[in-house]
Amino acid sequence: MYQTIKLIARSGIRTEAPPQADEALRTTAQRLKSEVLATFDGALAIRHVDAGSCNGCELEIHALTNPYYNLEGLGIHFVASPRHADMLLVTGPVSRHMQTALRRTYDATPEPKLVVAVGDCGCTGGIFGQSYASCGRIANVIPVDVAVPGCPPTPLALMQGIVTAISARPEGAARGRSSGDASAGAG
Amino acid sequence: MRIEDFGIDLDPVPGPAAAWHAEVDDAGWRRVCERARDGGGRLLALWASDRRRDGAGFAVHAALVVRSGLVCLTLPVQGHTYAGIADLFPAANRMQRAVADLMGLRAAGQPDTRPWLRHGAWPPDRFPLRGDADAATVYAQAPDDYAFTLVEGDGVHEVPVGPVHAGTIEPGHFRFSIVGERVLRLEERLGYTHKGIEKRFESMTLEQGARLAGRISGDSTVACAWAYAMAVEGMSGAAVPERALWLRALMLERERIANHLGDLGALGNDAGFAFGLAQFSSLKEQLLRSNAELFGHRYLMDAVVPGGVASNLERAGASRLFAALEELEASVARLRGIYDDHAGLQDRFMEAGRVAPELAARLGLIGLAGRASGQARDLRSDFPVPPYDRIGVRIATRQGGDVAARVAVRFDEVAEAIRICRLVLERMPDGPVSAPLPAGGPRNAFGAGWIEGWRGEIFLAIHADAAGGIRRVHPHDPSWQNWPLVEHAIIGNIVPDFPLINKSFNLSYSGHDL
Repeated sequence: MYQTIKLIARSGIRTEAPPQADEALRTTAQRLKSEVLATFDGALAIRHVDAGSCNGCELEIHALTNPYYNLEGLGIHFVASPRHADMLLVTGPVSRHMQTALRRTYDATPEPKLVVAVGDCGCTGGIFGQSYASCGRIANVIPVDVAVPGCPPTPLALMQGIVTAISARPEGAARGRSSGDASAGAG
Repeated sequence: MRIEDFGIDLDPVPGPAAAWHAEVDDAGWRRVCERARDGGGRLLALWASDRRRDGAGFAVHAALVVRSGLVCLTLPVQGHTYAGIADLFPAANRMQRAVADLMGLRAAGQPDTRPWLRHGAWPPDRFPLRGDADAATVYAQAPDDYAFTLVEGDGVHEVPVGPVHAGTIEPGHFRFSIVGERVLRLEERLGYTHKGIEKRFESMTLEQGARLAGRISGDSTVACAWAYAMAVEGMSGAAVPERALWLRALMLERERIANHLGDLGALGNDAGFAFGLAQFSSLKEQLLRSNAELFGHRYLMDAVVPGGVASNLERAGASRLFAALEELEASVARLRGIYDDHAGLQDRFMEAGRVAPELAARLGLIGLAGRASGQARDLRSDFPVPPYDRIGVRIATRQGGDVAARVAVRFDEVAEAIRICRLVLERMPDGPVSAPLPAGGPRNAFGAGWIEGWRGEIFLAIHADAAGGIRRVHPHDPSWQNWPLVEHAIIGNIVPDFPLINKSFNLSYSGHDL
């Protein structure tokens, strides 16, 4: 026990400053009213869904909770059920074998809800693209609010995406591309 | 090198791997497999290819590990049935089911004829890996009613888990049959992350495929990319610069350390010791940051390329790495002391999820989980490719086969990997770090890559067609061998220990489902 306490004291606090919102990551017009966002802000529950990724994005999602990024310190935490979640953090591409499970997870998440698509594959289908086995990007299966590119996106980029999704859109900002827009297909 | 007498003509597979290849007939196929089994050999991988475009038919391939190395067999298949080998090697069962799903070839004597990788994305009479199957054809989702084995008895009930899990992990389904809290039987169902990787390779050039190989399983990107590069370089007759090989070993060991650090922290957390997660995840983050700084990517994706590595390591970077390794070694040793002395942690680790050495040998458990169950095999030591032939890797083994043994092997392997990294930094020769592949490329050739990744042996086979393009790439993750053993490990344990037991193996879904 003494060794454990000594090491805790020796490690100190490693947490670094979180990033600011980035409007460039927003894919749709603000879906939620700022009053709603004000209640999310400061306490957000996230359900992660791996819809078919290579597991690279999952490694970085894990890193979000390490002492350097300390996501929980911002009041943002991961929950075990979509029924407890405000936000789905989805990695892709969406395999066709995960299509139904992703759809059901989305439906099980209570409104108001947010979806952040993670990684190049989540944003566009990435290197796997669309095929007999892959639906491609997340937005091809469920509506997406914010898309965070990267292979995999760094923890800082992920935090920025999450913060962007829960921050109110500034007045007069340009409208992003709609989630129904199927411009980005196979990558 | 002498190969055990199989009574067939074996051609060496070009490249550094101790591998041979032979085409066999029906009788030869069974005979070689039987002799390999009788000699203590094991099945590494089984896959099929469609050679009809090049004027041949279908073929089934097996890679067998024998005393001298790897024997790769090609069995031309007349019609759509071949002789199965699941009676000789239990690990063949799921691989033969996958061949039936993807190529439509059935194994005679197949014990389990349910689909494995096919759920509802394509109909049972369509086979996506056949040459005439269009990758872009999307079929209507078929109903997916999988016949799980039903366990009956007084008080027996089922707990279905997944595919969407409670934690941040990959998707798969686990069906527990339990009485009270005790598990009578676990049945796995995988294939949820099947995203058509093998078919995707066929639309790429050998060069482009390297990037996809690095994304078969994100946590093993170096191992997969190296196996791919080894196969391509071997079949093209490329000479890889010395320094590049040493840098690859440095990266492979850093990948091993990073994954073990992550899992050692998560194992502490799963046993209620959050301190372990905080400490180990900090150490892992430091390692990833120095990867990004020195190699340009936190997980070293795209750092290994056919012909060498993507970037050099400068002298100043090397000395920073050296210093960081010293510090890491001391930190891990300190944490190991704390883990070993923590009675509550050891109570959860000991006896949990035990795979006895006899069972591990019979069913073919490999990699770090195999070594924790007495299977003293490690490619880096048994069949070392350069630069491992000049390093002398010490194999970590335990006989316990429980979570505690897998934790101990991981600690040992972190220490050994740190030693190897230091040795590499000291001995690595100067010189170029990549060389262009010879022009012309391979024609109608077979290449193989075989690398000891952090989880176990990664194998990758490439078949080039007559025009030098990719006819078939088959990546094989050690999870194929080890997933069936997780079903055994949990028997008699309680359901709440499953996350701990599962994490101690930490098998791949994406690398398996492809």
